[in-house]
Amino acid sequence: MSKILVIGEQAEGKLNAGVAKVVAAAQAIGGEVHLALFGKELGAVAEGAARLHGVAKVLKVERPENERALAAVLAPQIVELVKQGGYTHLLFPGTTFGKDLAPRVAAKLDVQQVSDIMAVHGPNTFERPIYAGNAICTVEAPEGIVVATVRLASFSAVAADGSASIETVAVNAAVPTHTRYVGLESHKSERPDLQSAARVVSGGRALASSENFKKYIEPLADKLGAGIGASRAAVDSGYVPNDWQVGQTGKIIAPELYIAIGISGAIQHLAGIKDAKTIVAINKDAEAPIFEVADYGLVGDLFQIVPELTAKL
Amino acid sequence: MKVLVSVKRVVDYNVRIQVKPDGSGVMTEGVKMSMNPFDEIAMEEAVRLREKGKVTEIVAVTVGGAKCEETLRTALAFGADRAVHVKEEGEVQPLTVAKALAAVFKKEDARLFLLGKQAIDDDANQTGQMVAGLLELPQATFASRIELDGTGAKVTREVDAGLETLEVDLPAVVTTDLRLNEPRYLKLPDIMKAKKKPIEAVTLAELGVTPGAALKTLKTVPPPKRSKGVMLKTVDELVSALKAKGLV
Repeated sequence: MSKILVIGEQAEGKLNAGVAKVVAAAQAIGGEVHLALFGKELGAVAEGAARLHGVAKVLKVERPENERALAAVLAPQIVELVKQGGYTHLLFPGTTFGKDLAPRVAAKLDVQQVSDIMAVHGPNTFERPIYAGNAICTVEAPEGIVVATVRLASFSAVAADGSASIETVAVNAAVPTHTRYVGLESHKSERPDLQSAARVVSGGRALASSENFKKYIEPLADKLGAGIGASRAAVDSGYVPNDWQVGQTGKIIAPELYIAIGISGAIQHLAGIKDAKTIVAINKDAEAPIFEVADYGLVGDLFQIVPELTAKL
Repeated sequence: MKVLVSVKRVVDYNVRIQVKPDGSGVMTEGVKMSMNPFDEIAMEEAVRLREKGKVTEIVAVTVGGAKCEETLRTALAFGADRAVHVKEEGEVQPLTVAKALAAVFKKEDARLFLLGKQAIDDDANQTGQMVAGLLELPQATFASRIELDGTGAKVTREVDAGLETLEVDLPAVVTTDLRLNEPRYLKLPDIMKAKKKPIEAVTLAELGVTPGAALKTLKTVPPPKRSKGVMLKTVDELVSALKAKGLV
């Protein structure tokens, strides 16, 4: 039987919304599921993790060095947990935390990692995207432990109706001091998180300025209670922060509704929105590739259309 | 300070790839190939660090078949002083590539290892982190800014929550993200000079590397097609359509 360890991501006392989706992937594999959390003092976040459906045990690994998630500090601890626990599978969320950490652990375990699992066909067989999601591979992992990151847009969060036991574990692993956290530049927002929002309004280079993002995109997003995303071009031009980027190398999202405004629809952007349930595109160029994937398209001047749409919703 | 930069030959990012109907993979014959865009950014950063006087020698490396030599020539045209070609035909997966690169890094006794955060063909995003894990080095991934001084580096990383800054001791591994820099256009004189720069060929066996157990690809298919959409004429039509679907 499989014994799966999910590496939980948490920051500032909050469990990352993606962890519930990694647990869903673990359920699809089947077997006993444990969830490990790392921090200085974990408290309430462990209780939230223990409610995730199907988790049997939550392991709390608390030490001062774990206050911030540093791959070089967490990796030796995870390797030790894997050895102690005899896990067959090690799953990480497909977030920047998971992507940074998982391969370091995989290398230390001498395992070829599977990146961005989209579907589970068996305990060793998974689907994953290549070429910005323009091809889907079914891969079989060799004998031995499976280390994988989970593509969050491909799984639905498990319900919070479980009751796992919570254990504090002492992990005997030396951690390095060669990497130090200096700071995080983040902007707190009342807005729904882009990665998990049910509705997202996204702007492209056509917005032409950050003022226009505030003037046109934000009111629409406010009306819809939506998160805000952007194309790479808009981020590169400095109109919006980097963590708003949606695409192959930015965030890969799967909202119920995605409204792309002034976004041409480059292959790399489409990679980030392929799993959106309904895509709406507004662009003045009728030939823009975005219209090939949009469920509803409206050709016209966004500076006229968007305020009208905001008013009429 | 010596910098090692790893580069990969991939299908050009502008190409619309075709999936072979028999499920055996993606069509790459006769398709335009280029240096992985993230590795171009790594090369550009190495050259800028040298222009700032922080770096004295740049060595480029690739793991791949004979055709990958053209990618090394591009690296040399960017400004690498010499290159190492770890010759291995066929698919080489990240764990094996990382073992080879780790061996080259040790052999070269470099202080900084720069490479792209992911290759746009397999989108694995593993190699840099694996090299760091194998060599027990600091890693700073998804870098959008690098500041080097003699003993360490301050790296700003693009993460889900925003921009995180880390301090790492050297030697270290840094993987590059899109906004680190904009690579220069290569000029003909540099391309010509590159033809004369040395490339050392080496095998996995010579590096003491045994390939890791690999993932087996069972089949490759195109993604599910979205059903055809509808072009609307007015905002009113859009609002009605969204209301009808219960989306607003």
